[in-house]
Amino acid sequence: MTIPVRLRVNNAPRQHDIEPRVLLVHYLRDVCGLTGTHVGCETGICGACTVLVDGKAVKSCTVFAVQADGSEITTIEGLAANGVMHPVQQGFWECHGLQCGYCTPGMIMAAVHLLTKQKAPTRGQIASGLRGNLCRCTGYTHIIDAVSYAASHATEAAHV
Amino acid sequence: MYPANFDYVRPSSVDEAVALLQKHGDDAKVLAGGHSLIPAMKLRLAQPHVVIDIGRIATLSYIREAGGTIAIGATTTHSEVETSKLLREKCPLLSETASHIGDLQVRNKGTIGGSLVHADPASDYPAPILALEAEIDLVGPRGKRTVRADQFFVDLLQTAIAADEILTEVRVPVTSPSVAYIKTEQKASGFALAGVAVVASPSGVRVGVTGVAPKAYRATAVEQTIGNQRTAHAIELAAAHAADGVEPLGDIHASAQFRAHLARVNTRRALERALSR
Repeated sequence: MTIPVRLRVNNAPRQHDIEPRVLLVHYLRDVCGLTGTHVGCETGICGACTVLVDGKAVKSCTVFAVQADGSEITTIEGLAANGVMHPVQQGFWECHGLQCGYCTPGMIMAAVHLLTKQKAPTRGQIASGLRGNLCRCTGYTHIIDAVSYAASHATEAAHV
Repeated sequence: MYPANFDYVRPSSVDEAVALLQKHGDDAKVLAGGHSLIPAMKLRLAQPHVVIDIGRIATLSYIREAGGTIAIGATTTHSEVETSKLLREKCPLLSETASHIGDLQVRNKGTIGGSLVHADPASDYPAPILALEAEIDLVGPRGKRTVRADQFFVDLLQTAIAADEILTEVRVPVTSPSVAYIKTEQKASGFALAGVAVVASPSGVRVGVTGVAPKAYRATAVEQTIGNQRTAHAIELAAAHAADGVEPLGDIHASAQFRAHLARVNTRRALERALSR
């Protein structure tokens, strides 16, 4: 059985007939070729597969692609605009928010959603907001620095 | 980690979903947010032949007040419960509890109805649902019936819902701010090793405990011991009864003895916090 799925990924319309058991993360990586979204634990714990569905962070290893039919998906590939990094990406660049980089796309997508809910989060609020994302290099201090940087620079940008 | 193959249907109404459940019987599973079902399907602990996705039935997602109670639609997400202004003002225990569930991403997708029918013994909602004496609506081929919270949880992963029924609504009362939810969590997953919800009023307290036993329970011995006393000594004495009459679960995360201990400690803390609010 295949199901027709129409959705938008990073502002581009997509239409495919897919098996219902295909998880959103495999659809994005294997069908759309967007391998920036990573497969980590596959059990909904690690957050490496985090993407935005209609603006909200979800773990794409725990969502069937057919559930996202009609949705707007944003992956790490869709964040930079015209070659300019998103403030959260810039924060990870400036603050050395990554070591091996495996968790980074998921961390960034979760942080993007967090900053839409909390414009000026404390370090504690960032830590609890990112509790669903694991970094096995344990680089959490710099990751929190990066999100703080993004919050303060996004605010500055908004005031200009 | 792919689940086994299945057929997927997406009904647009509760009636249509119930008809599909009736048609497919035990071969079918209901999908809402999928955060209990999909992990079980990936591990092939669940292999339904048909998945009925109720996630798009618009009439199942709401939070509204009617006559002293607040009605919550089954597919309302944990995030919506956590941030609802209505619940924060009038039934803050449920919002407080939702903020403890999983993580940001899980709360964006998981639903209150899905969590309740899955009845994981370590899930958070059963504790406040019991302490609030919530009512739960189930709709099936024989129409709608209402089940009280203390009748809903039957055993490990088992509730009063029949195979051909769908949970449609949860109703909780308007309460004072004298409520609290305190839990000790398993660090990786956030699931409760012992979670205690307290609803206090001048006439008495109600206490719901999750994570400790195969099913969540009302700590009636605590409620009877404390009565309408409010001293620190009375709280201490009452909390000592938090695991009376239950056989606590033991696993690699916590022994049965430790879970019972956590139930008593968290009951004391939840009583203290609720009564200070």
